[in-house]
Amino acid sequence: MNDISRRKLMRAGVVALPGAVGLAAAARIAERNGLVPPDHSGLYGPGETLTYAAQRVLTAHSLAREFDRSQISKKPFANETPKKTPEFLRLEAAGFVDWRLKVDGMVARPAEFSIAQIRSFPAHSQITHLACEEGWSYVAEWTGALLSDVLHEVSMRPEAKFVVYDCMDKGWWESIDMADALHPQTFVAYGFNGGELPVAFGGPLRMRVPRQLGYKSLKYITRLTVTDSLKKFGKGLGSAEPEFGYAWYAGI
Amino acid sequence: MATHAARETGGSAQRYTGVVRATHWIAALCVFALLVTGLEIVASHPRFYWGEDGNIGMTPLFSIPIPSSRATVPTGYGYVLPDQNGWSRYLHFQSAWLLVLTGLLYVIYGLVTAHFWKNVLPGGADLRWHALRDRTAYASRYNAGQRLVYAIVLVVAFPLTIWTGLAMSPGFVSAFPATVTVLGGQQTARTLHFFLTIVLILFVVVHVAMVWRAGFRSRAGAMITGNLRSGDE
Repeated sequence: MNDISRRKLMRAGVVALPGAVGLAAAARIAERNGLVPPDHSGLYGPGETLTYAAQRVLTAHSLAREFDRSQISKKPFANETPKKTPEFLRLEAAGFVDWRLKVDGMVARPAEFSIAQIRSFPAHSQITHLACEEGWSYVAEWTGALLSDVLHEVSMRPEAKFVVYDCMDKGWWESIDMADALHPQTFVAYGFNGGELPVAFGGPLRMRVPRQLGYKSLKYITRLTVTDSLKKFGKGLGSAEPEFGYAWYAGI
Repeated sequence: MATHAARETGGSAQRYTGVVRATHWIAALCVFALLVTGLEIVASHPRFYWGEDGNIGMTPLFSIPIPSSRATVPTGYGYVLPDQNGWSRYLHFQSAWLLVLTGLLYVIYGLVTAHFWKNVLPGGADLRWHALRDRTAYASRYNAGQRLVYAIVLVVAFPLTIWTGLAMSPGFVSAFPATVTVLGGQQTARTLHFFLTIVLILFVVVHVAMVWRAGFRSRAGAMITGNLRSGDE
């Protein structure tokens, strides 16, 4: 080995070793600060982790844009949903009086709320943009209870890190981190453009997470589970979306 | 490190430094991935709008005449393409990150070594008509027309594409709302992102065509090995 190539090798070592140590340290700091998404492994893990970490730092206290009433879309689009189950149709026929939102997991007082009970929380409204990952969008006014008020009511334990939510559409479930779960614009929504939330748009009860794409705003929610780890849910990737190839975090 | 054509070594001259070559090919790979995945994503809604909102209940500004990967979109085709959005979106954003980081490295390198002023950005003399039409300049350096195109792509087209891409992100615009409001809305950002993609595709086509005309093996070889063999001039 000649002098020049040995020097090159040593120089490469001097760069590579601290580089590797630095990366490992960065990964540990990111993990500890909740900057690593549940779908961080695999081919697209690096990009997904960069996006999630960068946005969690940048959007710590940011609010989704709110619009004027005049900017509400004249023609919002409801999108397709799976065929309604007999159970849903039965609840719908009865005016959803028997609909329940179950709250369990890391909470001091697990509970079940009817739509009327959700409506008895302080009502909030927002006029926000809903964008689908496909590219289409609309602006609408949403009314609902703050998810943080519901979590407060059941005394969520302080070590909780995520809220998992289930719905009536078979196979669909989602989760969000505390940055979004406790966010002042994250609603358990029951109102739409001044009226009741139509079934096509997710009625009687829908999650509304305006800082992420539409698929995080799950329709027909029936259950919230508070947890400190997503590993035990499904394949451990955070939600149904990564199980069929889509990103868990949809703030892009 | 030598800038191009500065160092003569026997029968060849170093035309591109290691940093320029590495960043070029990483960028080429990223742009290819971005174009393919971008097309897949667009196929799920090949309609474009102006302003904040747009969906199939609204009249589009224009549509591109391709089949869609969603049954809800009326395209006139009797079939629906398979949904490729999952991996396409993952890869689109991962390629965007790699391209931005690579671009950052290239820009810092270009500023520190003066590569930009010497080899890329057009100077005063370059912009006169006879310089723009100079066909002999390529042997040692880019002529003014090439410099102008490279400068526009680097300074205008890529930054605007990144901006309009970010302006579609609900998370990013919650932190920086002005990035989308000055454009006139999220759907406007999406439409502009599409137009900029067309500009970048045209650039890639012209770029590859020029390399082809100049001698594909020697020019592409120079971007791989760094050296342009003297016989190729």
